[in-house]
Amino acid sequence: MNKSPSVLVIGGGSTGTGIARDLAMRGLDVTLVEKGNLTHGTTGRMHGLLHSGGRYAVSDQASAKECIVENRVLRRIAGHCVEMTGGLFVQRPEDSDEYFEKKLAGCRECGIPAEVLSAEEAREIEPYLATDIKRAIKVPDGAVDPFRLCVSNAASAVEHGARVETHSEVTDVLVEDGEVVGVEVTHQSGTGPYVHGKPGEVEEIYADYVVNATGAWAGQIGDLAGVDVEVRPSKGVMTIMNTRQVDTVVNRCRPKGDADIIVPHETTCILGTTDEEVEDPEDYPEEGWEVDLMIETLSELVPMLEDARTIRSFWGVRPLYEPPGTGTEDPTDITREFFLLDHADRDDLPGMTSIVGGKLTTYRMMAEKISDHVCEKLDVEAECRTADEPLPGSEDFSVLRDYMEDFGLRSPIGRRSVQRLGSRADDVLNSIDPNPVVCECEAVTRAEIHDALDTAGTDLNSVRIQTRASMGNCQGAICCHRMANELAPEYDEDIVRSSLDDLYQERWKGERHAMWGEQLSQSALKHMLHATTMNRDEDPAASDDALDFAAFDDGNQSEGGSASDGSSGGAVADGGRVSTADDTGGADGDN
Amino acid sequence: MAITDDVLVVGGGLAACTAALSAAETGARVRLLAHKKSTLRQASGLVDVLGYAGGDGPFAEPYDGLDALSDDHPYHVVGEDGIRDGLRLFDEAVGDAYQGGHTDANALVMTHGGTMKPTARYPESVAPGLASSSGDMLLVGFESLTDFDAPVAADHLAAANVPFSVRGVTVEFPKSFRSDAKVTRFAKALDRDESVSGGTVRSDLADAIAAELDGETRVGFPAMLGDDHDDEVRDELADRLGVPVFEVPTGPPSLLGLKLEDMLFDALDEAGVRISTGNPAVDFETEDGRIETVIVDQKHRMTPYEADQIVLATGGLVGKGLDSDREHITEPVFGCHVPHPEDRYDWSEPEAFGDHAFARFGVVPDDELRPTDEDGAVQFENLRAAGGVVGGADVAREKSASGVSLATGAVAGRLAGEEATQ
Repeated sequence: MNKSPSVLVIGGGSTGTGIARDLAMRGLDVTLVEKGNLTHGTTGRMHGLLHSGGRYAVSDQASAKECIVENRVLRRIAGHCVEMTGGLFVQRPEDSDEYFEKKLAGCRECGIPAEVLSAEEAREIEPYLATDIKRAIKVPDGAVDPFRLCVSNAASAVEHGARVETHSEVTDVLVEDGEVVGVEVTHQSGTGPYVHGKPGEVEEIYADYVVNATGAWAGQIGDLAGVDVEVRPSKGVMTIMNTRQVDTVVNRCRPKGDADIIVPHETTCILGTTDEEVEDPEDYPEEGWEVDLMIETLSELVPMLEDARTIRSFWGVRPLYEPPGTGTEDPTDITREFFLLDHADRDDLPGMTSIVGGKLTTYRMMAEKISDHVCEKLDVEAECRTADEPLPGSEDFSVLRDYMEDFGLRSPIGRRSVQRLGSRADDVLNSIDPNPVVCECEAVTRAEIHDALDTAGTDLNSVRIQTRASMGNCQGAICCHRMANELAPEYDEDIVRSSLDDLYQERWKGERHAMWGEQLSQSALKHMLHATTMNRDEDPAASDDALDFAAFDDGNQSEGGSASDGSSGGAVADGGRVSTADDTGGADGDN
Repeated sequence: MAITDDVLVVGGGLAACTAALSAAETGARVRLLAHKKSTLRQASGLVDVLGYAGGDGPFAEPYDGLDALSDDHPYHVVGEDGIRDGLRLFDEAVGDAYQGGHTDANALVMTHGGTMKPTARYPESVAPGLASSSGDMLLVGFESLTDFDAPVAADHLAAANVPFSVRGVTVEFPKSFRSDAKVTRFAKALDRDESVSGGTVRSDLADAIAAELDGETRVGFPAMLGDDHDDEVRDELADRLGVPVFEVPTGPPSLLGLKLEDMLFDALDEAGVRISTGNPAVDFETEDGRIETVIVDQKHRMTPYEADQIVLATGGLVGKGLDSDREHITEPVFGCHVPHPEDRYDWSEPEAFGDHAFARFGVVPDDELRPTDEDGAVQFENLRAAGGVVGGADVAREKSASGVSLATGAVAGRLAGEEATQ
């Protein structure tokens, strides 16, 4: 029997992992490489909206129709990543009636269930909506966890034989005789999971076909292959609130604009967003006015946001693309459609296709189309099964039962764990005993941390996105070091420390955008716990200077002064010292 | 009718208690007005004075570093005498429960993160475990307490070349609790010496550790060795093991911090300080540049408190003695001036352990610790500030949080008391 054709997928976002899963399920030999963590690029930096299609129902009906189809597919195959919150398009008095009617008609034309609610009915669903709103349209929007979705796709791909390498950057595209034949990959810490301190390694991976699914980075991969892929990266800010001020997706019902959506997400709400073209997807300004804009504009819909606490902000970069010569000036007008660029047709460079544009809700459909295209190129006849076969974790919902009894976990710890793990809950939660809580804000237990560590190596940020540990209100103040401790004894102390430093710094970066009011108080506490209580900023173990231990108080009260002669002689005196503490207590009081 | 005292201290933490004790020493009639639980439950219970300054440290003696502090540091307002006075008041308040007063030198105390921290005073339960003393060490952690990993902490200490050998073991606590049980539950089990199959918590724990002991001369645990009967727990474990046992300070909820809070309030009682807790100061009335009355919201009944002198010791950002919005840092009780950069992105640094401006936020004291306005003029003749609400110190980086509270508390309290009783 012939060896299966091999495909190399570049990019570990929703599109890349979706393609890897699809092709692996069709029997191809798939390798996926990602330069950071899974979701590192745009996927991990979105607002988590599972579109009903309502947002595109006026401006982009093709996208809207795809959204409602895939919305239903994801509820079926990725139930443990989706929360069907429902969504509202809310009209304020100053918003036009004409647009409201267009939105309603658009939804109906696209097959999106839409119901008009009076202001009173809308406020019954969301009591914190402004009292002066006019009315609303109810649609089946939802929330999706992009991290869990991506990780589940990758896990499924691996189950079907794929190889997934994170922290592995493509440093060259191999072209032989005018054809793409593979890539050169630089593994940051060798192959397999990332481990701090493990030396890097360069590997050439040959494949029958290469798929460039790097989104906003597609132009950079194109450059390596010598072709132009003109992505127009556009940044958007998202601000995370400390709690769920709303339990329904709240959209502003007006034509495109900044700061017009609130998405409930796990324990938080995410405010979004802006749309501004940037030069470099990795280097662009993240500015306070953008955060202010979210709060001020969205307070018009939900007034309590004005004084509510935000816990951090982050920015994502959309991989917008339009065919050369379209010349759209405002990035908000660029289509959200996706484009399949076969470089054989386009640039006379066979062996590689790039995929650009698109959005998370339709990732599976995009992956299906790309996979069809790749199969056609490779003469493989195989059906796509990704719309029917559930992702790992979503196979069986009978696990949503008496988790309190089954796992010895109190609600809400049990409930939260099972929501995240879905049908894997039994296997994961029964794997470790005792199973204490590591992250209190998000109710993550040791078992879940260790489950994530299986693929994360020593990268605690990967554990974070898989489990939500350190993503809650305290932003890791209480649990960062606990998460790091879980790396031992498998890894040595110096690695535990480096991993902790990396996670702590990552948490600080986003939290800086929320440092006022309650969250500044929280950040100051975090700083006190880690710098004052643990002295991590001046850790003697991290210093090259030897400490003169003998110059410090050795606790020996009987000598009535500073330490004794130090060196070896001190050891003998100290042996006796310990028990003298109580005896000399009286003398101490007389001082 | 208003409640009238000589000195009213607003706040309930280390600085407030010290200010009240100091004022009481002058013979003044003192009242402490504490809104809610202090931040001591989040603090390690260690009393640091100064470990690092100007890029130097750790200092073997806190006084070695004073010259390296910037001119506007509160230590320069109160001077070395003020620091010593604060430590004296502390030592008298806590008695034998704390050690370190026999010397000017800092001790190096190990932390639950496995680092060491220069510290001037430390609880007696911590004393046998100093990293600046010798004696081979066994650290004990528990499977179900994730905050302290004994083998990691031991290897971390060893990486700093401590002058003794150190080893960590993880054991199962003799009794199992819910997955989210906190150290307080473990402490209670030891306090009561709860029975478990075949024995009691203390004896079973000692047996488990005895099996691990390999010539070590001291054994350390995360700070959970009892609460109300902690002496008894330590004594019994030490007796059964034949070596001293000690505690390693931990993060919140910190039993050592909570115990310190209890001791301070006992000392206040003993000094005759009147204590009103549970209600916030929400307003005040002035006359001729003096605060005449502080208004306290007692379940929506506005109650006036009168005093000749007032000490503001409400804490910093953590204790909510400082408040902020997206543009301003404010002192919410008396509206004292708090200087800060205009752009909130200049309040912090991108590096997690950078030189954050927010760490130094606070009121600007004159040479008698009276908050000043933006022109440097005293804001209220009879108001002094102490502790975290005073700006100019980066107590986290300096390891000076407790020392600043003690020193400014001692000086502000004494000045207020003297003024009120003269």
